[in-house]
Amino acid sequence: MKDVELKMLERAKELLANGEVARVVGWKKGDFCYDPSPAVFETVEELDEFVYDYFCGANLSKYLINICKKEGKTAVFLKPCDTYSFNQLVKEHRINRENVYVIAVECMAKLDIEKMKAQGAEFVMGVEVVDKEVKAFSPYGEKTFYKPDVVLTKCATCEKTHQVKDEEIILHERPARDVNRFAEVEALEAMTEDERFAFWRSQLSKCIRCNACRNVCPACSCVKCVFDNPNSGVAAKANDDKFEEQLFHIIRAFHVAGRCTDCGECSRVCPQNIPLHLLNRKYIKDIDGLYGEYQAGETADGKTPLTSYTEADAEPKDVFGEVK
Amino acid sequence: MQDVTTEKKEYVPNIVAFCCNWCSYAGADLAGSSRLTYPANVKIIRVPCSCRVNPTFVLKAFQQGADGVILCGCHPGDCHYVTGNYYTRRRMALLFSMLNYMGIEKDRTRVEWVSAAEGAKFAAVMNDFVKTVTELGENKRLTDLRVKEGE
Amino acid sequence: MQRIGVFICWCGSNIAATVDVEKVAEVIKSEPGVVFSANYQYMCSENGQQLVKKAIKEHNLTGVVIGACSPRMHEATFRKAAEEAGLNPYMVEVANIREHCSWIHKDMDEATEKAVILVRTAIAKVKLNAPLQAGESPVVKRALVIGGGIAGIQAALDIAEAGFEVDIVEKNATIGGRMAQIDKTFPTLDCSACILTPKMVDCAQHENIDILSYSEIEEVKGFVGNFSVKIRRKARYVDETKCTGCKICMEKCPSKKGLNEFNMGLNTRPAIYIPFAQAIPNVAVIDPTQCIKLKTGKCGICQKFCGVGAIDYEQKDTFIERQYGAIVVATGFKPIELDNFNEYGYSDNKDVITSLELERLMNAAGPTNGVLLRPSDGEHPKVITFIQCVGSRDTSGCGKPYCSKICCMYTAKHAMLIREKYPDTEVHVFYIDVRTPGKNYDEFFRRAVEQYGVDYIKGMVGKVYNENGKLMVQGSNLIDNEQITIESDLVVLAAAIEPEPAVRKIATLLTTSIDTNNFLTESHAKLRPVESPTAGVYLAGVCQGPKDIPETVSQASACAAKVIGLLVKDKLKTNPCVAMPDETMCNGCSQCANVCAYGAITYVDKEFRIGGGKTEIRRVANVNPAVCQGCGACTVTCPSGAMDLKGFSSKQIMSEVEAICKM
Repeated sequence: MKDVELKMLERAKELLANGEVARVVGWKKGDFCYDPSPAVFETVEELDEFVYDYFCGANLSKYLINICKKEGKTAVFLKPCDTYSFNQLVKEHRINRENVYVIAVECMAKLDIEKMKAQGAEFVMGVEVVDKEVKAFSPYGEKTFYKPDVVLTKCATCEKTHQVKDEEIILHERPARDVNRFAEVEALEAMTEDERFAFWRSQLSKCIRCNACRNVCPACSCVKCVFDNPNSGVAAKANDDKFEEQLFHIIRAFHVAGRCTDCGECSRVCPQNIPLHLLNRKYIKDIDGLYGEYQAGETADGKTPLTSYTEADAEPKDVFGEVK
Repeated sequence: MQDVTTEKKEYVPNIVAFCCNWCSYAGADLAGSSRLTYPANVKIIRVPCSCRVNPTFVLKAFQQGADGVILCGCHPGDCHYVTGNYYTRRRMALLFSMLNYMGIEKDRTRVEWVSAAEGAKFAAVMNDFVKTVTELGENKRLTDLRVKEGE
Repeated sequence: MQRIGVFICWCGSNIAATVDVEKVAEVIKSEPGVVFSANYQYMCSENGQQLVKKAIKEHNLTGVVIGACSPRMHEATFRKAAEEAGLNPYMVEVANIREHCSWIHKDMDEATEKAVILVRTAIAKVKLNAPLQAGESPVVKRALVIGGGIAGIQAALDIAEAGFEVDIVEKNATIGGRMAQIDKTFPTLDCSACILTPKMVDCAQHENIDILSYSEIEEVKGFVGNFSVKIRRKARYVDETKCTGCKICMEKCPSKKGLNEFNMGLNTRPAIYIPFAQAIPNVAVIDPTQCIKLKTGKCGICQKFCGVGAIDYEQKDTFIERQYGAIVVATGFKPIELDNFNEYGYSDNKDVITSLELERLMNAAGPTNGVLLRPSDGEHPKVITFIQCVGSRDTSGCGKPYCSKICCMYTAKHAMLIREKYPDTEVHVFYIDVRTPGKNYDEFFRRAVEQYGVDYIKGMVGKVYNENGKLMVQGSNLIDNEQITIESDLVVLAAAIEPEPAVRKIATLLTTSIDTNNFLTESHAKLRPVESPTAGVYLAGVCQGPKDIPETVSQASACAAKVIGLLVKDKLKTNPCVAMPDETMCNGCSQCANVCAYGAITYVDKEFRIGGGKTEIRRVANVNPAVCQGCGACTVTCPSGAMDLKGFSSKQIMSEVEAICKM
């Protein structure tokens, strides 16, 4: 991964130095090795802080909505999954494609520090990844993890490939994999109504309405969120209105249905570890099954499943599988 | 034998029906002018087209105490606005599937296509829906979906 | 401060027998915002309306709720009454306590309780009502007819007769369309040209009709009453104003090997040509793919011989832009391509022809001067086999799923005409079903069978192949349950018809809907069959669905009636209950435009203040209120809720939901 980072840095420097772009969007070092954050670099000097490693899981596409309005071209590093969000935002006219220079970079699956901590990692100072082995270094020595156990949930089932690229930085071959991203959804569907209710009740009750999911989601990019729109009738401004409190996640999932690229950022950022991606994936699975396979963000044009129809679409009453 | 001291009022579900102005609302009118009966707990909200019904309306109804919500529109292909009900069909199919995925009984939600000429169908649909929801009993789940700490 | 007046109607005993109207009026009195509550025997009567008007004035009402019959019945009545009393008509809501309450419930307590809830719900809504103004838009008193076949001709003539100007835009060099190619018409067997060409001449001579032949629609802007259309006038290399139609150029042209489209390619024509004798306009056109001068720069013979100097090799496409109040689409049809039907040997055997080709072979002005000769060797065919439903009612995916509707009748016509003219000819017809509803149609078909001895065989043909110069038609006879092979000299395929492919582009330009078979969709299948969902656009002829000439003419005249009804108005009132985006919240994501069936939504770049003295340009939705029909599809598609519907706003409906759920 270090070689990829160096190559990226080299390109970023070139692009800024020769004035091809006015700024580069990437990641910069955090306080710890595991908390790099999205950042905008406008000078070669600023690039000293640049980083790209196994903890750069953040999706940079959403930042472009505002950044691409600035003068000059913006270069951005996008991982495979980020390019879908990028496309979707171009399709919705939120990003001006012409103002952005996309450098597609390889991913190799990102690590989840929370999972590592849960498995005993302490004071991680650095990591080294070789194939399926993750070595974490700390002042107390070194600890080894099995990589599939400690990657971000969104990376565990990712099969995405780059959909947009003005250039590409790929130095390693990506291992082939065989995954079913709907396995968890299927497991829930196989439960009884009571069990499902119990599951979601326990999960959603953890929600502290911090809006992290909404803020990070590239599909939740409304100029004004419906929950903040006084004319929508859903905003929780009126006293004793628990409506938003109770139904936020259902409405949020519905609003991104057909537009969600399954980038998994919602679950990644949730401080309460609510598996929010399971709501979005349910919609994706239903859409695939009912209206034909559809991957949001695969193209930057065309209609979404909820803004199109066929005369022979299934009736709502026929969409339920076996009733438990 | 009835125990008068603990007499309980028979459970009557609260049903909200969204009807499109051109077909189903007119169908409900025809049910009325044909003097076909259905329970008084079915109450109708008029919308121009079934495609005006936002999922938030459905959720709001449940949250405000509805036990069942039904959407009625023109038959697919007959929409007054040409394509409105096709969008309704997809939206509600997905919404209802999601609600069921979260454990909300699937029979509390329904979409029916009722034309302006189908007064009898309107009454039959409402009678059937009331019966189904009565069997399910009170809707608690949607408002219970999120329990705040301490509650 | 809201001042709501509530009026409960007894409707004689219709409501009062099951709903305690006095109690409802009494209970409602204490609702917040209600300053007046009354009940009356017949609210819709003159006295009832007076009561409403008086209360509006005396109590300074800001909103009115009528508890009465269905709003579909008297909403307009009460709105008008309110307006007369100085209140905006859209500040009135009706609670349906008759059809949805008193008539369906038996128990008085139950019905009264429900009536109270329904009235409360209407109050909840009316409190959020906003005064609305119906807009006005002017009407350009000119119509556009796209397509110059019999549908377009009829519509244009009817509109022109009513005193309005009409332009016919026809993509071919002449008007006339398919009907001009047909020999005889069923069920009367009169000559098609004899009834069509006088109408073509009428069009040419009518002072209100302008024929733009050899022209196509390039761009459509605007909306009902106010369309602006860009028309491409294709270069015909002949000055339309000079050409006299003398045809000397056709005679002298050395490049004579062009396939004659009018005769379905059964003979040839010169590079400069007039499609057929009665063409309107009777003006030549040069086929640039065939003309030696245009291809090589050498020749120029036609120019030398043209006595009026009409030939202009330098001519280029030109564009004109015109304004119209209404548009009639009459783009017609074509027979399907038969590439998917190799089993009938159409491409391999000259003597396997389509029915439209047969029309030309039987027409006196056709390639054989009306003598039925087979294309391969010019012999009289002695055994002719017709195959019906070639590509119609085909669910295999090779053809069309629909019935082309005209084939049963024209096949009976062909069979009959052949038996009449050449009694020694054997005629067989393979059919799936014979469908001949229509005035004098079934009688016509029976005559073919009973009087003319046409051999109808119920069954499908599996294969047509050539054996020693004979066409072997192998099929099944379902009645006798046997496989048969008919040795034939000529095989005629009743190819399915499909909308003229250019209609897809036109549908897009007009933002009107088109179905999976490329037929344009009418506004309502039963009640608005000639109106497209796009206001001001009307549909005539096969572009809307398969139909024969009488039906096409009826539909065209119906279109004309609709167009005239529109053009006589000076101004159009627009429905004020239309979608309206809050620009400050709009993402400009285009999702709303994707679900709008009317093309009412466009996007504009607007500057917004973003604080700190700065501004930014954002793309935001813009609804054209003259085009929006008010369905609300866009409002639900909009994730931020920026798009709302006047008269049925999200807040209003949410408020109704809240009120109606309270038991």
